[in-house]
Amino acid sequence: MQQRLKNRLGIMGWLGGGRYGMDRYAYALHRITGLGILAYFIMHIIVTGQRTGGVERWESTMAFFGSTPFKIGEFLVVLAFAFHAVNGLRLIFVELGWWIGKPGTPSFPYTYSTLRHRPLFIVFMVVAAVLMIIGGVDFYFVLK
Amino acid sequence: MNKSATQDPSIIKTVQFEVLRYNPEGNEAPRLQNYSVPVIRGMTVLDGLNWIKEHLDSSLSWRSSCRMGICGSCGMFINGLPRLACNNQIVHLHSDRVTVKPLPNYDIIRDLVPDLEGLFEKHRSVKPYLIRKDTEEQEKPTGEFFQSQQELLNYIQFAYCIKCGLCMSACPTVATSENYAGPQPLTAGWRYCADSRDEGLQERQEVLYSSYGVYRCHFAGACSQVCPKGVDPALAIQLLKKDAFLRSFGFGKKKKAGPVLPPVRDWTPGGKIPEAPAKTVPRKTE
Amino acid sequence: MRESRLWFWHILSAAVILVLLGIHMGIMHLGELLHMAGIGSGDPVDSSQVFGRSRQAVFMITYILLLGAGLFHGLYGLRSMFFELSLSKSLEKLVGGVLAVAGIALFLYGSYVAIVVYQMNGV
Repeated sequence: MQQRLKNRLGIMGWLGGGRYGMDRYAYALHRITGLGILAYFIMHIIVTGQRTGGVERWESTMAFFGSTPFKIGEFLVVLAFAFHAVNGLRLIFVELGWWIGKPGTPSFPYTYSTLRHRPLFIVFMVVAAVLMIIGGVDFYFVLK
Repeated sequence: MNKSATQDPSIIKTVQFEVLRYNPEGNEAPRLQNYSVPVIRGMTVLDGLNWIKEHLDSSLSWRSSCRMGICGSCGMFINGLPRLACNNQIVHLHSDRVTVKPLPNYDIIRDLVPDLEGLFEKHRSVKPYLIRKDTEEQEKPTGEFFQSQQELLNYIQFAYCIKCGLCMSACPTVATSENYAGPQPLTAGWRYCADSRDEGLQERQEVLYSSYGVYRCHFAGACSQVCPKGVDPALAIQLLKKDAFLRSFGFGKKKKAGPVLPPVRDWTPGGKIPEAPAKTVPRKTE
Repeated sequence: MRESRLWFWHILSAAVILVLLGIHMGIMHLGELLHMAGIGSGDPVDSSQVFGRSRQAVFMITYILLLGAGLFHGLYGLRSMFFELSLSKSLEKLVGGVLAVAGIALFLYGSYVAIVVYQMNGV
């Protein structure tokens, strides 16, 4: 019997950057950090809701979440936010057609939008890294 | 390996081809098969496959036609990237191992033959042809539609698409979504929307702006990286998004389709074609 | 088109979040550095600080704004991912509905908290 073999990459297509450019990796990281931040955000709404119980309930809640593992988890959210925010700002510009060049007549060797955008991509990633480092320094003092 | 081939002084090296085999008639799982292929200067991956078919295994199947990157038939997943087999020389892969698999994100018909029907169906769905309100003029043309050189540049790059489907197999969204239009159809859609002679945005936006349309692109850029013709689908999709965004505010460019130019006067077809110069070399038969 | 409008709000909420959450993150996670630089004082999650902020109208309003923007942006992003999974039409409708209801419920709860704490006396 003749049968087609399914060959869709599935979720691995989202996550596996393979030999594609760095934009593909930024895409995967944007998804993962987005999901992480959303999960934290929903928990955050519920946890900060404890303020309605007054100072005592707030302090007991904070005592529970004040331990080092939770602090480390929060720091991961800070890192995720730094990346997601800076990369997201870059995406807003790109999706509105800025800094990716104009269409023209293709001639070999071909240049294309992501390649033209690459210097700015690197600048944005450096900004994200700097924000992460600043967050890390603060976190170092928090742990201390 | 072929004995005479090893003695040939033009052979640079021997590479291992690792080719995915799938037989739709059996119940066998797809498997990788190895072939040793002697490489000569300028030999492409497609040449390598032809050599295998000629010398080692006549049952190997793939699709190819022009051998020069024009027809878009021989798209394959070669050493980790979707590429045209005819467009890539084995030496330029810088590896002694050449892994050839069918394009991902398409069903496999047999061996290296992907089923591109889904791509063509989506391509048709964006109505990739000039749509004008004066259909009468399109049916019975009285002249040409005006278009300036500058207006041509808005879309000509996207008109270079050869429908090889590499962009679709590189796209991470297509990897999970059967419904997403994908880079090729969206680019084709924008190619016509950006054309100054076209008035069909209204008819296309149902597909382009739908929840399976332009907003499922997140600029992973893989499509533009693998395009063998420099079409840059990622750019086309971002321009389409920008246009949709501006339109949702009412800032979209009011498009006045290129007018019909008056027919050229004082010219009769074939009237003033000069005579061919006299023969300088006598014909051999004479 | 519906999807165009949703995407527009996705981008707009991103811009709002960038500013407001940037400030929020600055206050919450650069507290030590700001303190060293002589701005702000002490632990930002200390109850006196938390309730001090919550009882200012500016904070109450920006909390609600950030809550709405954040929920829309996050849940639309999640919806995007679901819509890229080749679900059936009816399942897509269900996912969209569940996310919308969850978003509205969380928004109402969060706003209720922000308003109650804003009006609290004696804390």
